[in-house]
Amino acid sequence: METYSFLRQLADSWFLLAMFVFFIGVVIFAFRPGSTKVYDDVADIPFRHEDKPAPDGGRPEEA
Amino acid sequence: MGNYIKLIVYGLIALFALIAANYARDPAYLVNAVVVALAAAGLFVWTLRRTDEPVPNVDLSGEYMDGVVRAGVIATALWGVVGFLVGVTIAFQLAFPALNFEWAQGYLNFGRLRPLHTSAVIFAFGGNALIATSFYVVQRTSAARLWGGNLAWFVFWGFQLMIVLAATGYLLGATQSKEYAEPEWYVDWWLTIVWVAYFAVFVGTIVKRKEPHIYVANWFYLSFIITVAMLHIVNNLSIPVSIFGSKSVQVFAGVQDAMTQWWYGHNAVGFFLTAGFLGMMYYFIPKQAERPVFSYKLSIIHFWALIFIYIWAGPHHLHYTALPDWASTLGMVFSIVLWMPSWGGMINGLMTLSGAWDKLRTDPIIRMMVISVGFYGMSTFEGPMMSIRAVNSLSHYTDWTIGHVHSGALGWNGMITFGALYFLVPRLWNRERLYSLSLVSWHFWLATIGIILYAASMWVTGIMEGLMWREVDANGFLVNSFADTVAAKFPMYVVRGLGGVLYLAGGIIMCYNLWMTVRRSPAVKPVNHMVPAE
Repeated sequence: METYSFLRQLADSWFLLAMFVFFIGVVIFAFRPGSTKVYDDVADIPFRHEDKPAPDGGRPEEA
Repeated sequence: MGNYIKLIVYGLIALFALIAANYARDPAYLVNAVVVALAAAGLFVWTLRRTDEPVPNVDLSGEYMDGVVRAGVIATALWGVVGFLVGVTIAFQLAFPALNFEWAQGYLNFGRLRPLHTSAVIFAFGGNALIATSFYVVQRTSAARLWGGNLAWFVFWGFQLMIVLAATGYLLGATQSKEYAEPEWYVDWWLTIVWVAYFAVFVGTIVKRKEPHIYVANWFYLSFIITVAMLHIVNNLSIPVSIFGSKSVQVFAGVQDAMTQWWYGHNAVGFFLTAGFLGMMYYFIPKQAERPVFSYKLSIIHFWALIFIYIWAGPHHLHYTALPDWASTLGMVFSIVLWMPSWGGMINGLMTLSGAWDKLRTDPIIRMMVISVGFYGMSTFEGPMMSIRAVNSLSHYTDWTIGHVHSGALGWNGMITFGALYFLVPRLWNRERLYSLSLVSWHFWLATIGIILYAASMWVTGIMEGLMWREVDANGFLVNSFADTVAAKFPMYVVRGLGGVLYLAGGIIMCYNLWMTVRRSPAVKPVNHMVPAE
């Protein structure tokens, strides 16, 4: 089979399926149990280190 | 020691650039070679003055690298005004062709200025905004100083050099005739080097982050950097005719070349003007509203959906061409599916203000950001609609497309960038506040009314000319000649130009306001009192 036909068939069959499965996986992952708590913390990242980088040895507990 | 090597390299670059200028086969190449020689000579002198001088050994790891962000903010504001000015100029050239002056033919006529305008606003204004804000955001959200030391400065100055080479080249006729990818081969090669350095700085900073999680804004910025690299390289595969000339020949030909070009072109919109600017949205809107993003889960789905779908939308630029039907249908379907992630992202940005809507009354900066997201929603509704084949048969090649692009570029990209600049300048220059909030309001209203004049006049003229082109009489003959449509468009062209004047005026007011913020606004008072132990 010539390359064009092969790629053309792959694109709208197995590769399409693989990408769709990956995407559904991402959605399920985002809604996994316990994610709300993690993401609440993560969404606060912009409010933590406005002026200075975190010192070596991890991020300090917030005052 | 390092300085000696640098001096040799700069000297050699200047020498070779002058040799190239001597052998130059066309004026664009000659001028570009001289620009490179001047840049290298300037760097040579700059380095020479610092050679064998004592270097203060300061540990900067405890501070963010903000100098390059400051430079980026200045460049964004300046290139923005230049780009808007060229835009207003060519808008009036279309309305009044006499403005294509006879004495400037071949240099300042519409055909030469148009790529200058698009590149100035997209790459110089938008690109500098993206580089500056990405450097600011990745440091704050990674809690780490930029990786790579002065490599960030190389990215900044390298990018400015690319802009100057491209701009001077356009005026002198160097173009590979690919929309939004006009620069010739050596500018493309240079941008590739700069972009790899940009990628290294960005990823290096993420790798050494102190936050365990990579904040969503960085995901968008990173996808923008990687995808633009891929698009840029594939769409610029060309073979120079001579090493001493600007002309090159594309590797792809025919419909393959057209498809590659619009795969690039649409993803320049999707990843340069959308993903990168969404990175801005996900940082600056929460910061200005002082509350976290509405839904972090939605932001993850927004990201993956957007990058999975956008990449396929390009073929909708090639309806009714030699492109196979299946490819143009694919592009159309994916463009329509794009409604979902686009509006998901818009809702996420707007709903971040839930519980803080009162800020719209008091804070003109948040107003700017909100209208920007509003325009994002509007143009991502309009775009998919125009990609439907039946609609496209009316809208394609008309000014409707121009209006659509500008509601996205002026509304979404422009406004979110203005908001980010107003946010950044007081912080970067350590000022308590902006010089004047009422000037921000002036900017907001001038820009908004300008966009509305622009978009509305282009809808009218676009749909009008589309209908005029397809109008046939009872015997099946076309009713209107092309020149008839041009004559009918004149009033709308004047309105469009006036809209541009308002938008430009807003940009100039912004520059004045930011300048006065740095000059006059009170500095943040240093905290000298003792901090009690916790």
